[in-house]
Parts: sequence; structure tokens; C-alpha cells
Amino acid sequence: MSCVQTIMDYGLRSVGIGERLLPRTDFTLCHQFTLIGSGMIWNIYFGLFALLFGFFLATTVALGKGSRHFWLRKPSEWFIFIFRGSPLFIQFFFAYFLFLSLKGVNPMFDAFTSAWLGALIVLFLNTAAYTGEIFYGALRSIPKGDIDAADAFGLSGWARFRRVIWPTMLRLAWPAYTNEAIFLFHATTLVYFSGFPAWQQRGDALYYANYFADKTFNPFVPYPILAGYFIILSLTVIGSFGLVNRYLNRHLPSDRRVKLKIRPQIIR
Amino acid sequence: MLPPPPYSTGITIFEICADPSQLNGFSWLSCYLTTGKHMAFYQSFGTVLLLLAITAPTALAFGFMGAAGARSRIAPLRWIGKTYTAVVRGVPDIAFFLFFVIALDQAFEYVRHRIKCPDWTDAIRQGSDFIVCQAAKLPLGNSPQWIHETYGFFLAVLTFAIVFGAFAANVLFGAMRAVPHGQMETGEAYGMSHRQTFWRILVPQMWVYALPGLSNLWMVLIKATPLLFLLGVEDIVYWARELGGTKTPQFTDYPHGDWRIWYFGALLVFYLLFTKLSEVVLERLMTRLTHGQATTGGEAQRKGLA
Repeated sequence: MSCVQTIMDYGLRSVGIGERLLPRTDFTLCHQFTLIGSGMIWNIYFGLFALLFGFFLATTVALGKGSRHFWLRKPSEWFIFIFRGSPLFIQFFFAYFLFLSLKGVNPMFDAFTSAWLGALIVLFLNTAAYTGEIFYGALRSIPKGDIDAADAFGLSGWARFRRVIWPTMLRLAWPAYTNEAIFLFHATTLVYFSGFPAWQQRGDALYYANYFADKTFNPFVPYPILAGYFIILSLTVIGSFGLVNRYLNRHLPSDRRVKLKIRPQIIR
Repeated sequence: MLPPPPYSTGITIFEICADPSQLNGFSWLSCYLTTGKHMAFYQSFGTVLLLLAITAPTALAFGFMGAAGARSRIAPLRWIGKTYTAVVRGVPDIAFFLFFVIALDQAFEYVRHRIKCPDWTDAIRQGSDFIVCQAAKLPLGNSPQWIHETYGFFLAVLTFAIVFGAFAANVLFGAMRAVPHGQMETGEAYGMSHRQTFWRILVPQMWVYALPGLSNLWMVLIKATPLLFLLGVEDIVYWARELGGTKTPQFTDYPHGDWRIWYFGALLVFYLLFTKLSEVVLERLMTRLTHGQATTGGEAQRKGLA
């Protein structure tokens, strides 16, 4: 079987298109590259949507934590503490069994027990908490002069937030937010190891890498392939966040622009 | 690895627990929470703490070697150190965990095979099999259960130490660079050798700079402990899944529905308390270490007193 045929058969296997049965014997390099790459679809799906939705909740939470009102501040602080203070792995398990119990009460929760929705919700809340803390830190370090200037221009309320506070907050938070985005993509590999079932063996990249490592008893092929895919993904994230960073800093003289510094990733 | 040993459920602590079907309410719960399996569950919290206690210093040692290597004047050592610290960038750590636990096991068996069975002619990797001679198996096929468990735990510790050592190496490398250069130059002016300035000037001073990064790492290490489950160790996650699952009267004296959500809720609370406690302790440590230091923190303390 040629490699093109393998790609046709397994290229979209992780979303249920193509060959139903996974290869059981005679694993070729092409098999491993194709299936692990196919699994990357899920990693990108989880990461992208969690980031997208999480961004808005994170802004809300950051503003809440910076608020002077007790009833806005406390819930935000607790939200951030709970999601940053406990392992993501346990959060996945807890959410899965929570949805499983809710499913017994109301069939409406049926979809929540599958990974595409349930795990996405956990990742969304988790990244919102981590990003919220980053944004909160940025909010607190907005130069006082910027706010004074906004006041001098007669800006207040929503206009001041939209035109001065929010862009400055994003600009200050962007390097840390880039790191957070990379960690989030890495964290998506936990999904299929934490309760959420891989229905009909449709899993993410690590799920397939683990499948091959178990079947061939040789970890030295599938994991480096996985690593390669993730390095490409990380570089893409860095590249696209770098473009946004340039846009956010476009008004500054070129020597004062903040360069993105990528720190090594860390488990959550 | 062998399946876990059967835990006897017949042993009970309280006299009244002899016939659980007659109990209800609080006494049922207190009997239920003291069964043999629950004792194993509580012990697994000890496993997690033991892992932390062993891994933290080991990872620090790995990190120190990595950072010292990355600073070395000998090129190959520097390359090894730099590669080690750079290799964790860009790749999900859980992939490292899954990889190392098999790779280390095979590496040990391969080395033992080479030493113990030199006249073995067959290839070790035959298709999908990894075949070494009987004497090279780790642990030996006839060793007792506890050796299997200890070996599994040892592999897990080593895997954690390698991954976290790379993180620690990064922190220590940064801390070594943060020590003012004038300090090193003064050492050299006194005629100290490269080795002497490293051990007498650099190493004692770098810890203040390393502490924020290391305490962050400690928090991360705590949050990584449930991954022990993926490495095949019977940790708290394993027992929470085991004990929480639906139990029918045929197999246990304490039948109940699906309680896994409560068990994982308890684990969540355990981790939250543990991180909070660490935060408080590390905060105090930092306050003590910055006392009298010529840093922003130390200056703020001085002004607060005045």
C-alpha cells in the first residue's frame, strides 16, 4: 500500500472519515506520521476554541479581580484560585464525572460527557483563569500617566476602557499570553487520558502516539514524531502571536517595542 | 507489571463493622471509610508526598548539573547542557512522561542484557517485540510483588526528575547569570581559579535569585503528581477511580452508586489546600531571605519598618 493511499485512508481518521479499523500489524512510518498528524486536528480544535472563548472570559475575570466591589472581586478571585491551584488532570476527571452524574438527571447533558464539548469547557475555564491572572497583572501595571492622559482628553467609562486601558493591557500582557497559548496547546494532550472516552478510537495526537508505542513496544518512533508536530504547532502559535504583537506595538518607536520572549513550557 | 494484590475487605477496625448491612447513617459511613481498600487509598497520599520528597532534590541536582553544564567552558559539555534545557521547549511534557517511562525501562534492560548475556545472538528488537534474556529482565520474573511496585515507582521518580530537572536547569541558569559580574571578577582578582569562583562565589549567591523560579517550579511539581497515574503507579487517582465506581452487593459489603465525583472532588480540595499551604510557607521563606538584601523586596521591607 502506497503512502498516498494511507493518507487517504487515515488522514481524517480522528474525525471519523476514512478507514474504520486502525492498522494492527506492519506499522509503517507512513502510518505513524499520518495517524498522529490526523490526531493533531483535535489538539488544534481544543486549543483554538478554548483560546478564543477563554480570551473574553479572561478579560471579564481580570476586570472582576481588579474591581473595588466585594461581590465582583471575590468570585473572580475564587475562580482563578480554583482553576490555577489544582491540577488540570484532576479538573478533567472531576468534570467528566460531574457531567456523567448530570446526564443521569437530564439527558440534555448527553453531549457534555463526550470530549468535544466536555473537555472543551474545562479547557476554556482553565485557560480563562490562567489568562485572567495574566491580564490582571497587566491591568495593575498600566502606567498611571496613560490613565491621566485619557482623563485629560475627557475620556471616561467605556470609551476610556476601549481606547486606552484595554489596548495597553493587551500590549503588556501579550508576551505572557503567548506562553499561555503554547501551554494550552500542550495541555490538550491530556484530554484522552483523563476519563473522556475516545469514541471509536477517534483520539488526539498523543492518543495515537501512545497506541503505536503500546503496539510496537518501541517509543523511539511515535513520540519523536509527536514532538515534531508539536514543535511545528508551537512555532506557528509564536509566529501568529508575534504578528498580533507587532500590531499592538505599532505606535511605539521600533527600539522600544517589546520582543516576544518564549519561556520553556510548564505543566499545569 | 502484575495486577495489584487483592486487598482483603474482611479486616475492619471497629467491632460494629462486622455486619455492614445492619448499619446506617454515620456509623455506616465511618465503617465504609475505614475498609482495607480505603486504607490503601489513604496510603497513596503518602506515595504522592514521598514522590515529592524524593523528586524535588533529585530534580534540583539534575537541574544544577544541567545549568553548570550549559555554562561550561568545555564545548561538548555545554552542548549537552544546552540541549537538555532546550529539549523541553515546544513539546508537551506528558509526552515526555509516557516516553521516558518505556524508554528508561528498555534502556536498563538493554544494558543488563549486554552485560549478563554476551553470547546472545538474536536481535533484541524483533518486529513488535523487545526481547532480552531472562536474566536481564527488570524486575526479574520471579521477584515478589513489592519489587515490581518499587521498580515502577523508581522509574516514575526518575522520569519526573529528568523532566523537572530540565525546568530547574533553566531557572538555575538564569539565577547564575543574575549574580553580579563584579563578584566573579573580584574572585578572579584574588587569584581564584575558575572552579573556585564557581563554588565559592557564584553558587552561594545564586539561591536568592533562584528562589522565585524554584518556588514556582515546586507549585508546578505538586500539580504534576496526578500524572503518576499515567506511569502505572497506584496513586490517588487510581484509587479514586477504583473506590468511586459503582459497587454491587455481590462484590462488596458496602454497595453504592457511582461516587467518583465525590472522590475526585476530595482530590480537588486536597490539591487546593496543598498549593495554598505551599504558597504561605514559600511566602514566609522569601520574606526571610530578602531580609536585609539589596533588592527591591529588601528595600520595601526596610521602608515598611521605618
